[in-house]
Amino acid sequence: MKTFKIGGVHPAENKLTAEVPSRPAAIPAQAVFSMYQHIGSPAKPVVKKGDVVKVGTLLAEADGFVSAPIYSSVSGTVSKVDAIVDASGYRRPAIIVDVQGDEWEEEIDRSADLVTLTDRPELTSEEIVARVKKAGIVGMGGATFPTHVKLTPPPGSKADCVVINGVECEPYLTADHRLMLEKTDEVLVGISLIMKAVKVEKAYVGIENNKPDAIARMQEKAARYPGIEIVPLKVKYPQGGEKQLIQAITGREVPPPPGLPIQVGVVVQNVGTAFAIYEAVMKNKPLVERMITVTGKPLARPANLWARIGTPMKALIDECGGMPEDCGKVIGGGPMMGKALMNLDVPVCKGSSGLLLMNGKESRRAAIQPCIRCAKCVGACPMGLEPYLLATASAFKKWDVVEANDIVSCIECGSCQFTCPSNRPMLDNIRIGKSTVMALIRARNAK
Amino acid sequence: MHLIWIAVLILGAVGLVSALVLFVASRKFAVEEDPRIGEVSEVLPQANCGGCGYPGCSGFAGACVKAADAGSLDGMLCPVGGQPVMERVASILSMSVAAAAPKIAVVRCNGSCVNRPRVVSYDGVKSCRAALMTGTGETACAFGCLGCGDCVAACQFGAISINPETGLPVVDEEKCTACGACAKTCPRKIIELRPKGPKGRRMVVTCVNRDKGAVANKVCQASCIGCGKCVKTCPFEAITLTSNLAYIDPEKCRLCRKCEEACPKGAIHAINFPPRKPKAEPAVAASVSEKPEQPAAEKTAARSNVESN
Repeated sequence: MKTFKIGGVHPAENKLTAEVPSRPAAIPAQAVFSMYQHIGSPAKPVVKKGDVVKVGTLLAEADGFVSAPIYSSVSGTVSKVDAIVDASGYRRPAIIVDVQGDEWEEEIDRSADLVTLTDRPELTSEEIVARVKKAGIVGMGGATFPTHVKLTPPPGSKADCVVINGVECEPYLTADHRLMLEKTDEVLVGISLIMKAVKVEKAYVGIENNKPDAIARMQEKAARYPGIEIVPLKVKYPQGGEKQLIQAITGREVPPPPGLPIQVGVVVQNVGTAFAIYEAVMKNKPLVERMITVTGKPLARPANLWARIGTPMKALIDECGGMPEDCGKVIGGGPMMGKALMNLDVPVCKGSSGLLLMNGKESRRAAIQPCIRCAKCVGACPMGLEPYLLATASAFKKWDVVEANDIVSCIECGSCQFTCPSNRPMLDNIRIGKSTVMALIRARNAK
Repeated sequence: MHLIWIAVLILGAVGLVSALVLFVASRKFAVEEDPRIGEVSEVLPQANCGGCGYPGCSGFAGACVKAADAGSLDGMLCPVGGQPVMERVASILSMSVAAAAPKIAVVRCNGSCVNRPRVVSYDGVKSCRAALMTGTGETACAFGCLGCGDCVAACQFGAISINPETGLPVVDEEKCTACGACAKTCPRKIIELRPKGPKGRRMVVTCVNRDKGAVANKVCQASCIGCGKCVKTCPFEAITLTSNLAYIDPEKCRLCRKCEEACPKGAIHAINFPPRKPKAEPAVAASVSEKPEQPAAEKTAARSNVESN
């Protein structure tokens, strides 16, 4: 079975919600739309206080090419255009809408009928990209990079295949798994649209073999869509990393930063993004809701919820049995790469794939012991780096050493820290080193 | 026997030739260094702290000599050695130096454990920069001190320590040389180099929160809310209010302490002043410009932790 070549770890899977069918979450009383839901320049608000909006009304437009518009996911009145504390802990501009009823813009097709590419043969690749751009779709796996940018290969480069990420290597998370099971055809049509947009004939869907039902369902239905191949992969974290997935499926190696997948002829998209693209192009529905896994051992009823963008995280927890008493940490995303939330009023964003509650004992770090030179971290690093060296050199501010040892290649997957028997905080130090080196490189290039 | 002689001769010849080569090279490629650079270096503190903005003391010495050749030593200051060292440097270079006011590092945050409640706990690496990557630190204030002590680690003179009671850095006035290493390291730019002031007395706004008043008020009892009372009170126009934050210009401040009284949040601190008299009395021992004191208002505002500096 295929997998990436070097490094990787296998954390306990804990997929508590793998068997739980998705259901829509309640519409909140107030929805909050952060202007920072994607990488790139923040969106620019186009509504003001008192404006009446419906589901699918444009709230903020894209500011530049690497940016994405934001649509209302609820109907009601704009109560404030202000700043809110978002997942970063800082106050950032946002639009707050008081919800009344649930009215949708007329042009959105809300029926469940499947529209395939054969029904719409007139769609050109430019049109697909334009619709994706208009719908405000960003990478749904969590990176939130505007999708239309990825679907527009830079001049001089040409993709020869599309790699679809259905790996979901993060423990606990099952949103992509449920999406592949429940919306199989929609996801496959979405993949066909991506293939048409980047003008390739071949798409590979990587799925880890801890989801045999999803693999079987996708394989069964993919037979009807030309060029789509389902590739079962061995379970290993961080297989969902772009570079790792490309290596696992195609055997190609993406050059180190600033190298991009397109340089080896690959465009990578998440299954969630494929589904959003289907809805945007075929159903005229902008990105207003997404599946999010709300899970964790202390939680009473973990679930996969279709949440409207802008729903406060607190409402989702309440829907899954309320805040448990023994909760030490709430993480936005998965346990490996997610970020602990500082407050629960943070809204669901386009990139929110999971909400994980940890009990008091799980959430605390173990005592840090001295490094015993076992080199487990070196073996675990999927990028072939030497985490112990990078961490120590960063702690001592040896920026030249960390730069020479390729710290910018680090994908911050945390495998080193996970595998360390001495619980050394390697990733914390490496992040400091990486951000410093990147700032130094930027300063050098600016000269 | 003759084997030894052969060895001696060969080695001797090699040595002689090498010596010749080295002699020629040392003459031909000799680097002319201004002897004054060495002399200036000798009077510098040799802490190599970089506080002057040059790479180490010899770098600063070179820059001083260059500046002297250009005609003036203006702007050249060794913050560690201060005025006495600069005078010696000037005498070596037969120049004169302008009198520079001695400076000191000032911590502009009063978000102690009492004033600013902890909303989350952080158990990662004890470094402000690492804490910053996870969010806004342990409190909800997006501007205040993180308390992980990056400034303590940066100080080469042992002049900063974290007060375990307040969780805030405290500057030792005796040891601080105003090299600026802490100010440069602080990721939140809380530490500022300010003139020490006459008798070490100075007025400081101990807050850097630029949020709107209501927001700042919510996260910290001791925050500046940008109400502008101090600006109106100041008779010398020394206080400016930019993006909801008051700033006292040390050049214009005449140490009248009126702003301290006016501040409803206790965010303005008078450092190294004698304690106020409880009743209205003409100030006798205070500084020249000080007017008669107002009756000390009952302060319900934040507890001061700065005066214990």
